[in-house]
Amino acid sequence: MRTLLPALAGLFACAGATLAQAGNCMDATALVHADAGVPRAAAAIASRHELRVAVAGSTSSTLAGQGGTRAAYPVTLQSALSERLPGVGVSVVNTAKPRQTAADMQAGFGQLLAEQKPALVIWQTGTADAMRGIDLDQFRAALEKGIEQLRADGADVVLMNMQYSPRTEFMIAVDNYAEMMRGVALREEVPLFDRLAVMKEWNDEGTFDLSATTKNSEMAEQVHGCIGRLLAYLVVEAVDFAKEAKQGK
Amino acid sequence: MDQPRSALTQHADVAAPSLRQAPGASVVVAARRDVRLDLFRGLALWLIFLDHIPSNAVSWVTIRNYGFSDATEIFVFISGYTAAFVYGRAMRERGFVLATARVLRRAWQIYAAHIFLFMIYMAEIAYVAGSFDNPLYAEEMGILDFLKQPDVTLVQALMLKFKPAGMDVLPLYIILLVEFPPLLWLLLRLPVLALAASVALYALSWQFDWNMPAYPSGQWTFNPFAWQLIFVFGAWCALGGSDRLAPLIRSPAVQGLAVAYLLFAFLITLTWYFPRYGHYVPRWLADFMYPIDKVNLDPLRFAHFLALAVLTVRFVPHDWPPLKSRLLWPLVLCGRHSLEVFCLGVFLAFAGHFFLVEVSDRLSAQILVSALGIAAMIATAWLLSWYKSAEGRASGSGPKQPDADLAGGEA
Repeated sequence: MRTLLPALAGLFACAGATLAQAGNCMDATALVHADAGVPRAAAAIASRHELRVAVAGSTSSTLAGQGGTRAAYPVTLQSALSERLPGVGVSVVNTAKPRQTAADMQAGFGQLLAEQKPALVIWQTGTADAMRGIDLDQFRAALEKGIEQLRADGADVVLMNMQYSPRTEFMIAVDNYAEMMRGVALREEVPLFDRLAVMKEWNDEGTFDLSATTKNSEMAEQVHGCIGRLLAYLVVEAVDFAKEAKQGK
Repeated sequence: MDQPRSALTQHADVAAPSLRQAPGASVVVAARRDVRLDLFRGLALWLIFLDHIPSNAVSWVTIRNYGFSDATEIFVFISGYTAAFVYGRAMRERGFVLATARVLRRAWQIYAAHIFLFMIYMAEIAYVAGSFDNPLYAEEMGILDFLKQPDVTLVQALMLKFKPAGMDVLPLYIILLVEFPPLLWLLLRLPVLALAASVALYALSWQFDWNMPAYPSGQWTFNPFAWQLIFVFGAWCALGGSDRLAPLIRSPAVQGLAVAYLLFAFLITLTWYFPRYGHYVPRWLADFMYPIDKVNLDPLRFAHFLALAVLTVRFVPHDWPPLKSRLLWPLVLCGRHSLEVFCLGVFLAFAGHFFLVEVSDRLSAQILVSALGIAAMIATAWLLSWYKSAEGRASGSGPKQPDADLAGGEA
């Protein structure tokens, strides 16, 4: 067994390396779809040729160590957005803090709006709430209040739900919270980045082996890179959606 | 298959003497155990098992994907029905004190079973904590922090406040049983008043947000103040209520309504899986319906269960021939040993998930895990039946009392 296991591990690592090409992670665009627009962000792009984005989130919006500044999804979001929106000054600021529930983040939105003056806020949430078992009604109330507050101060919202985490799936009951986020997004007409569905697709398709045990952050960086690019795709779709809606009127 | 069959007839014989009604009792207790109860409870146990395995493709077959309610409603309703059936007779024949003692003993058994499952859960968590590491999941690994303070976690678990995901049905059942004796007393005398009290408690819990506190925060995921409604309704049906409802259930208007509602729920559910059709749901309807509250047994869920029940009673009469067939026998068997099979199901869901993560999570593995799990549930139920009937024969006397723990009499 002692010799067999490393050999097997090596084999799987090779197979994993060929599979884990970040290239085909973009196949998941089928799951990324803007059902609502971001009119404030679209207006900022049209009138000022700039898009100030702030990320509000918890630990899963960051990466530890060097990867954090190099590869966490807010970083790749900025480069992907700049690429897709030529001539627009795109800036993405990451304000994620560990263990923040939706209500915690909502409480900080006043400060976020005053300091960053974003036209768009990526609101990644739900994980801390699911882990602590926050009351679903309170979770929904925090989401609705936060969306209202951001919109009132000139910022659109894109909601992002939890990561798909097969190893901890039976310990953290995320489904009810994810369902609630989908419902709120639909009712409030907020685009939702369904990170849960996207990552599940990657795991099912073998794009990434998300139950792999590793101390190496290589895969984590690739996953974040893909999330950043898919998120940019969603934001551009939502901007187009807003433009079409405006022309429609 | 002779063995379990004889257990069935044996039980029918046991139940027969109780046809004699206690003098002065105002309520007729259904005399013979209804095989349909075991059948559908067995079905609910299978569905709960399939739903409890995270990311299990096989769980697409379960009813929660086709309407508002799921297997939990069926399980709680039938548990209420059988509790009233078994302990109602005990209370009438042996008195309030003895029946209460029996109910509480049952609650204690369920508590012990819950703590046993919690230990298995802790073992799996501890294993994951020791073996899994990935920088991508720095946040999710925080769930393991409670291992660092077992003094708090274990005490909170003993107090039924800390309930890991997937382990929240048994605590609900414990609470329902503990409050059951006085309720049963009332049900046997003034059933309508008991039912009205149950509805009132349900309404009050909605009005004032009553629920039990949970650890580390939030509240119970099955609010006992709300979910008692379906348990008490089951108990009320067992104690003569279903006879009173019979004309209503048979009326074409009610059946038409049930079909229409099930169809409506099905179409709404479709929009959850195909969000692009979501905008066909009118705004006012969405505002009225959502969120459909599982924690507090949303009226939409309860109504969905009632619609299912109406059609089930209509199309599956108690003398439905397939009830005696070998094909359905495994379900009946599982339903008959519901506590053991339920606990096994929770354990198997843990084990199945473990297999899917550690070995393979391909579709074929998911089907294999689901099939093996159900086979294990059937085998265990069969073993329990065999043991009980063998022991009953060995003692020479046979089962005298319709005891709650006998095959077929379990509440």
